[in-house]
Amino acid sequence: MDHQTISQFSGIFGLIFFGILFAGVVVYALWPRNKKKFDHAARLPLEED
Amino acid sequence: MGFKHEVFEKNSILLTVGILLAVILGGMVEIVPLFYLGSTIEKVEGVRPYTPLELAGRNIYIREGCYLCHSQMIRPLRDEVERYGPYSLAAESKYDHPFQWGSKRTGPDLARVGGKYSDAWHKEHLINPRGIVPESVMPGYPFLATTPLKESNIAANDMSAHLKVNSWVGVPYTDDMIKMAVADMNAQAGDPDSDEAEALKSRYGEKVKVRNFDGNPEVTELDALIAYLQVLGTMVDFSLYKDKAPVEWQR
Amino acid sequence: MAQTKSFRMGEGALIIVLAALFLMCVFVVSNAHDNVMAFHMAVGAVGALLGIFAVFRRYQKRANGQGPDETGYNEGVVKAGVLISIFWGVAGFLIGDYIAWELAFPFMNLDFEMINFGRLRPLHTSAVIFAFGGNILIASSFYVVQRTNRTRLAGDLAPWFVFWGYNMVILLAGTGYLLGVTHGHEYAEPEWYVDWWLTVVWVVYLLVFLGTLIKRRESHIYVANWFYLSFIVTIAMLHLGNNIAIPVSLYGVKSYHVFSGVQDAMTQWWYGHNAVGFFLTAAFLGMMYYFVPKRAERPVYSYRLSIVHFWALIFTYIWAGPHHLHYTALPEWAQTLGMTFSVILWMPSWGGMINGLMTLSGAWDKLRTDPVMRMLVASVAFYGMSTFEGPMMSIKAVNQLSHYTDWTVGHVHSGAMGWVGMISFGAIYCLVPWLWKRERLYSVALVSWHFWLATIGIVLYITSMWVSGIMQGLMWRAYTSLGFLEYSFIETVEAMHPYYAIRALGGAFFLLGALVMVYNVWMTIRALPESEKAGLPALQAAE
Repeated sequence: MDHQTISQFSGIFGLIFFGILFAGVVVYALWPRNKKKFDHAARLPLEED
Repeated sequence: MGFKHEVFEKNSILLTVGILLAVILGGMVEIVPLFYLGSTIEKVEGVRPYTPLELAGRNIYIREGCYLCHSQMIRPLRDEVERYGPYSLAAESKYDHPFQWGSKRTGPDLARVGGKYSDAWHKEHLINPRGIVPESVMPGYPFLATTPLKESNIAANDMSAHLKVNSWVGVPYTDDMIKMAVADMNAQAGDPDSDEAEALKSRYGEKVKVRNFDGNPEVTELDALIAYLQVLGTMVDFSLYKDKAPVEWQR
Repeated sequence: MAQTKSFRMGEGALIIVLAALFLMCVFVVSNAHDNVMAFHMAVGAVGALLGIFAVFRRYQKRANGQGPDETGYNEGVVKAGVLISIFWGVAGFLIGDYIAWELAFPFMNLDFEMINFGRLRPLHTSAVIFAFGGNILIASSFYVVQRTNRTRLAGDLAPWFVFWGYNMVILLAGTGYLLGVTHGHEYAEPEWYVDWWLTVVWVVYLLVFLGTLIKRRESHIYVANWFYLSFIVTIAMLHLGNNIAIPVSLYGVKSYHVFSGVQDAMTQWWYGHNAVGFFLTAAFLGMMYYFVPKRAERPVYSYRLSIVHFWALIFTYIWAGPHHLHYTALPEWAQTLGMTFSVILWMPSWGGMINGLMTLSGAWDKLRTDPVMRMLVASVAFYGMSTFEGPMMSIKAVNQLSHYTDWTVGHVHSGAMGWVGMISFGAIYCLVPWLWKRERLYSVALVSWHFWLATIGIVLYITSMWVSGIMQGLMWRAYTSLGFLEYSFIETVEAMHPYYAIRALGGAFFLLGALVMVYNVWMTIRALPESEKAGLPALQAAE
């Protein structure tokens, strides 16, 4: 396997892999059930002491 | 509680690992191939390791922070090639530990300053820049002319050790070069017709410039710095490669 | 408790480590190859001795029942960090302004080694980035990680080791530059022995931070901590990667990098750009995600956005380094990769800006009534501006003009003075009354003065650098009708003189603003705490 093949493969693989990963992060962030958790987390700095 | 705590512990470690994975990739992809791709550094004739005097001069160049105002990287753009000379090749800095391409041109590029000005010009200019170029904003370096190289804080008496470390990191210094480093260093700033000068040239090539760079019989830091400046960009003979230059002709 | 009067294991271990360090330093001093190494190792030996002395005194005080309260939050180390970062900030701004005047009036170099531009510039950049920025980051991260996780900082002596150890790095690096010791990599100038010491300190910093996260009492790790953690982890990686060097002698200062030429260049700008990305951006975003909501008394605009833009930002940033090497001997594929990711980076960067600014929606009146809030918001606005300018300058066609000119310097300073400076000032104005338990700052009006002085200074700075940078770039490539280069290099230098003077003036405004802050902080701390005023016993830091 030469560099050309490796770089072509890793380019395509990287695009798909990180596309999926990014979509995963977005879905996690927008998932309705997580909303309560995030709302609580967002208030953390305000609720101390 | 005990169980939950366990999970949380794992989370902060997981977060650390996730961060590390996210940030490790970019560097791997961009840096690692540069070491094994043959096309990264061109095959050109003439690039040789610095002589001990030039290397000492280079260390002074770094010590004084010259790289903060002068680049050593001519881009393949029409105006740069016309102003400074043929664009810089990767091969020309392959023995530069560290590289000195620079990032700012408060002063002009120095990649091909070698041979453009006389030693006397450099001497005057380094001691008192505005004596030669009234509009210059460069600091003066009169102390270089009065500091003997052997007392220099870059430990020039130690030149063999400097060459040895360079050879460990890939600069092809021979055992002979390492052994004779101090003698070679002093010979280059001395009489061009001496036996020592001949010995130096037998090691580093006939093109090595041997002369009293600062006109002072003592070997000073100024000798070393001028020797370095005078070799910059002169190692590759560009008359051999002229036709291949893919200069980006803007406009 | 009987335990309080006995020697703790950590104290004993630290004394052993410091004693070993002391002996090592003395050994190197007696064998040193050059004066700077002897001097620096002597400094190290004195530092180790002082450390041992301090640990003993701490034990003694505790044995006499005068030890500090160790049940609440650990705020002593945060206080120390805030104060020392103010000190380094003023020093760094002062040196920066001095070298700005040097460029306008070069006689000010005095042709004396230690005053010359080339040695003072690394002193300036290190003082503002690593001494001012680094200390306020360490201090604020220690504050934020305790508060948002509702637990005391991990480690007994470790946080203080981080504080003193890190400032020892600054001291050695700074004196080294003046004496001509430099590694020759921009923003990574400390030599090998300082690099090693920094590595030790940084690992302890990571352990303290992680340890605090691990023993937290909140199920969720607040997002500010994510940013701080990414900063600590990534800086460790970058520092190790960019400083691989072999010393000429273990008793001398000089070392040679293992990488050379093009590989060294790529490694350096991988480091250099991500020092910007993780030190000056991600970490200060962590600061933003705590202090902006806290000051506005509103939760962050979108917690979801913060999660998405966090991962996008740290993943993307690391690729952007090659845009510092456009049109150089770096292979084209690497340049293209760097440019592409730099442009993409615009989006996650603005995610942070939107989140910061929109946190104020519904509370915009605070901008009028609270100058500290104004400072925090202005910093986010400057962040937005420079993270738009940056991707634009990374486009090769633009970079062709901007590279090597003052435009880059202006860009860096809009980020450094506008974003990093202003958000740090805002955080300091928040922290000082909180830490010293004062009701309010000594003078809110003086905060307003600081804000305007700094803003005028930044505007003068960046506008003059835009003009001089673009002008110089155009002059370099100007041709006469006959096809000759129109200007010699020195003519472009001459043309920049007025802009250099304006820039230096802007720097002076910025420095003056910082001095106003020093006075305000000093007077705030000097005032009696609210509790003492009322004749009540001082409250302990509560949980």
